[in-house]
Amino acid sequence: MRDARGDIRHLPGLRLWLSGGWLLLLVLAAIFAPMLSPHDPLEQDLFAARLPPFWEQDADPAYLLGTDSLGRDLLSRMLYGARLALTVALVAGTLTCLVGATLGLIAGYYRGWADLVISRLVDIWMAFPPVLFAILLIAVLGTGLTSIIIAIVVIDWTRFSRVVRAEAMSQGAMDYVASAQVAGRSRFGIALAEILPNVLPTIVALLTLEMGIAVIVEAILSFVNLSISTDEPTWGGMIAEGRTSIYQAWWVLVFPLFALFLTVLSFSQLGEGLKEYFDPVLR
Amino acid sequence: MSDLIYQLKDLKVSFPDLSQKPLLGTAPRTQVLKGLTFDVAKGDVLGIVGGSGSGKSTLGRTMIRLLEPESGSILFEGSEIAHMNEDDLRPLRKKFQMVFQDPMSSLNPRRQVGGIIAGPMRLQGFDNLSARVNEALEMVGLPKTFTNRYPHELSGGQRQRVGIARAIALRPDFILADEIVSGLDVSSQAQVLNLLEQLVRDLGLTLAFVSHDLSVIRRLCSRILVLHQGEIVENALTANLFSNPQADYTRTLLDAIPLPDPNQVWE
Repeated sequence: MRDARGDIRHLPGLRLWLSGGWLLLLVLAAIFAPMLSPHDPLEQDLFAARLPPFWEQDADPAYLLGTDSLGRDLLSRMLYGARLALTVALVAGTLTCLVGATLGLIAGYYRGWADLVISRLVDIWMAFPPVLFAILLIAVLGTGLTSIIIAIVVIDWTRFSRVVRAEAMSQGAMDYVASAQVAGRSRFGIALAEILPNVLPTIVALLTLEMGIAVIVEAILSFVNLSISTDEPTWGGMIAEGRTSIYQAWWVLVFPLFALFLTVLSFSQLGEGLKEYFDPVLR
Repeated sequence: MSDLIYQLKDLKVSFPDLSQKPLLGTAPRTQVLKGLTFDVAKGDVLGIVGGSGSGKSTLGRTMIRLLEPESGSILFEGSEIAHMNEDDLRPLRKKFQMVFQDPMSSLNPRRQVGGIIAGPMRLQGFDNLSARVNEALEMVGLPKTFTNRYPHELSGGQRQRVGIARAIALRPDFILADEIVSGLDVSSQAQVLNLLEQLVRDLGLTLAFVSHDLSVIRRLCSRILVLHQGEIVENALTANLFSNPQADYTRTLLDAIPLPDPNQVWE
């Protein structure tokens, strides 16, 4: 008889390889964008506008993925767009994680008034529609990379603190915490050395999920032209431009959208895969 | 007086009763321990027995100061620890240790056995950790190779042995064992009890054994404390308690022990 668990068990490996592979490819593309790009991403050539991707009939082999309505090379723009997407994913994702997880750990383990303040704050935060909140923040802070990152951290820290708080609360009730106290560990030491390692797989899964969300938020902000300066190639901006010419040149919309989709999917799958990989109990 | 390890006097513990909490203001407190006074002599194996909700676990946890009593005094080896703060308690903690009921919960699932046993020793400033870990494992009858196993890879009895190893590795004077065999099957129970008996003898430990099961307590303990609704109803030597119980509640408990029937016929 076949063991069904055997089939499931090899899946996390595959999941890690596929998602990790795509993200690695993206990181390399972002780092080496100036070398890899066949054209200047800002260079316009109105005589070469709306050229289709290479497999179509009247394609120009110089423009592998075609051009947009201003004749800019799509591949080059996507490579440069990956830079912004990944910067935002890594920096904003990590900062959000640090802020949210710290607050969640404090609320969940120390309880008391700290929990009261943090939980009420989370409740208030959750009442705001996040995208409108982001747009409002950018409007106040002004556009630019720093503003996007700040906006994402400010909006999304609650995602971490809610989950980490609940997790820390249930871990805090376990006897190994009492046992550490019997051994003479301080409360701070217990939070750091006993609770945190048990909450960490959840945090890692959330972190990668958050990186995907950060990419989406950045794309949304670019889509409504509230990201970085309008010249700069961004996936969201490309999607916005592609939308206006969807019937004449579908590729302008589809390629960045597909890259966005794959990236967000990869981040969330990477999180699930890492969680299973690092969790000695699940393994 | 020097042969007394614990002297408890009029110990009262209460918890806030949140179900009775008014909308504004503080919750009324429920008295869990209603003024307990007793001594524990060095080398004693004290059984603390009582029904569910009698306060036996609360008593144990207060004795090792996982809980702070409302009032009363706890003298441990002559020093008053009832209201001592955590910083002052820390150096004393290596002298009184605890083995928990559910080892699945009391062993950190992300630590390997070696780390679990070494952790408290590291905190208390012991040196030569790996030798001490091996020694502790040997004392509880586990192979050295267990140091890099995770708790979920062990059986219930093995886990409980790790819990015991962690406690005795610090060479404490006193160990509280809170229902430590109630989650185990009968043969693991017997093995763990044998082990405990042997450790008490070899290390000269004083042991408080909290249980709801009088037959387990009879097997192990020299003295028995019977608790009922937060009060001591009887405090007697094991032999006296079983031959001549004084309190009605003790008699009820004794009657509840299932005795093996030699005339049993299996259908």
